[in-house]
Amino acid sequence: MRFIDEYRDAKAVERFARAIARVTKKPWTLMEVCGGQTHAIVKFGVDELLPKEVTLVHGPGCPVCVTPVELIDKAIEIASRPDVIFCSFGDMLRVPGTGRDLLAVKAKGGDIRVVYSPLDALKIAHENPTKQVVFFAVGFETTAPANAMAVYQAYQRGIQNFSLLVSHVLVPPAMEAILSSPGNRVQGFLAAGHVCTVMGYTEYEPIARKYRVPIVVTGFEPLDILQGVYLCIKQLEEGRAEVENQYTRSVRREGNRAAQRLIREVFRVVPRKWRGVGEIPRSGLGLKEEYAGFDAERRFGVAGYTALEASECISGLILQGVKKPHECPAFGTRCTPEHPLGATMVSSEGACAAYYRYRKRSAVSN
Amino acid sequence: MERTPDFTLSCPIPITDYPNVLLAHGGGGKLMHQLIEKMFVPVFQNPTLDQRHDGAVIDLGGVRLAFTTDSFVVHPLFFPGGDIGTLAVNGTVNDLAMCGARPLFLSAGFILEEGLPMETLWRIVQSMRRAADQARVQLVTGDTKVVDNGSGDGIFINTAGIGIVEHNTSIAPRHVRPGDVVLLTGDIGRHGIAIMAVREGLAFESTIESDSASLAGLVMGLLEAGIEIHCLRDLTRGGLASALVEIAEAARVRINIDENAIPLREDVQGACEILGLDPLYVANEGRFVAFVAPWDAERTLAIMRSSPLGAEASIVGGVTADFSGVVVLKSKIGASRIVDMLSGEQLPRIC
Repeated sequence: MRFIDEYRDAKAVERFARAIARVTKKPWTLMEVCGGQTHAIVKFGVDELLPKEVTLVHGPGCPVCVTPVELIDKAIEIASRPDVIFCSFGDMLRVPGTGRDLLAVKAKGGDIRVVYSPLDALKIAHENPTKQVVFFAVGFETTAPANAMAVYQAYQRGIQNFSLLVSHVLVPPAMEAILSSPGNRVQGFLAAGHVCTVMGYTEYEPIARKYRVPIVVTGFEPLDILQGVYLCIKQLEEGRAEVENQYTRSVRREGNRAAQRLIREVFRVVPRKWRGVGEIPRSGLGLKEEYAGFDAERRFGVAGYTALEASECISGLILQGVKKPHECPAFGTRCTPEHPLGATMVSSEGACAAYYRYRKRSAVSN
Repeated sequence: MERTPDFTLSCPIPITDYPNVLLAHGGGGKLMHQLIEKMFVPVFQNPTLDQRHDGAVIDLGGVRLAFTTDSFVVHPLFFPGGDIGTLAVNGTVNDLAMCGARPLFLSAGFILEEGLPMETLWRIVQSMRRAADQARVQLVTGDTKVVDNGSGDGIFINTAGIGIVEHNTSIAPRHVRPGDVVLLTGDIGRHGIAIMAVREGLAFESTIESDSASLAGLVMGLLEAGIEIHCLRDLTRGGLASALVEIAEAARVRINIDENAIPLREDVQGACEILGLDPLYVANEGRFVAFVAPWDAERTLAIMRSSPLGAEASIVGGVTADFSGVVVLKSKIGASRIVDMLSGEQLPRIC
């Protein structure tokens, strides 16, 4: 299949693995920012092809993983109301809140629907005028434009029974939080290709300069990731710290300006709590005052919720690249995808779930 | 008066986590297996049930009968490549065939929702008739119930089936052994994507048709040719991955498969990429895997490919001894990883 097979070609992959081995002289620790990249690395076994000097640590870019517990609790509270149709992307339904998950609400009769686009939720609102339709707006800059479009259209069309439960997060502040933490190990980043498709990569240039860290905008196929690693290590070995674009077939430096305009029209930058990490200033998006009427937290009076996270879970350290999943004592024993202690075990993009699914037994060899 | 034992004391299901049945309990993954292993099997325990196969094989005075049942709750009722009626016949016929039996007789139980258009029922019954004719089975008994409007999804169908085992080979997961070759009769994931495309209103360039079909003819062909078959399993919910994991665990062997050898149509692959689904876990209704002795592998492949149902058949892997009960996949880029069973159905990803 075009745009897939050529990026999974075993011979090309081998060539790049050899090129990486040639260019690597010293030990380096790189972080892939996006959960989609983590998933591909573990699924295809990309890290097995790297020289032992190169360590990949897994970043915070899994929207399901970083959505705070209290927001899941808010979603559960809203979705349990008989007058509500609660719409969400599929993988949010299994994330545990304090007590239960959205699938359990559905089993109890809650009207919870998996949608593929927030505009589908808007359509459901239009077709069900006597119901309140709420969309769970989760994600990074990648999903923000479509969510902004849904609110914008609801406003333009006067659809009153639609609202968003917003938990949008932004990548650059999270990268800065990782780089400025005392335990940081990360020496170079593979930036998230799809986030940069929307936002471009100018906002990464000051980060690369300030922290002297190479940042390579990288795609999601095995060959993309190996190319990203190659470019990143080459910079490190040559003492450079620049922003480079590996994912040129999708990303331009300035990004998608129309999408950015839409985000700015509807959202404003707010402080946001990250599950397992805590609050990071200016790291999220919230609805602007003009669109506050579409804020589900206000509409259903759940804004003040707080919740505590499971104390045993080290997902915060995993999302910051300080620890790897199998270094957690609960991994695979008290914490499994069926009984997750934290969100990194829940989402298919979470590092713990990826390790459990593809690596849980150590004896995998050819 | 006899007292009912305290459910919470006798039931090892973590009921504090799952006080209610979830959809995932029927998704063909780990939760469904937990439900079966921890609730149904201990309660009904007997040697035939312990075979853990698609159907039960019972010896009745020297005659070996295969017996199975399946229920069908598909939405939408009609989809490209089939409908609930074809599934209800082929599903039970295929379960019998996977026991190595020649399917003979079916029963059908209809649970109809008040208000179902009579014309819809007629179309379904007609396609059941055609599917039964093609599979050479007779529908010999049945039952009809009607539930209140709102208590059903139009129509639910249960079928049960009886077949006869006409050979001395025992075909079951526990007979899989090191050295066996694993063959797959065709492309994976087509039924699941066909249903999802209609259900979710997803439009692709071409219509993706379900692969729903009776597999009995092809299985009979293999048996008549004297192929040394150790195990057969049709791919349904949970897809190729779940079928192989179940067999690896039951036989306590390691199954190695090669991703490059697994047939996958481009349109199905494209749909899976867009939705963030792994085709290894997406349902089929007309494909099966065969575990055969190594000396019969090439002949099996030739017989499969001579049938329209197995035109794209392929050797996808083999069995080695290490008692681990794992499935290991060699990925497209040549690295190895474990193939695990999912908890429930796959859910489309955010981005």
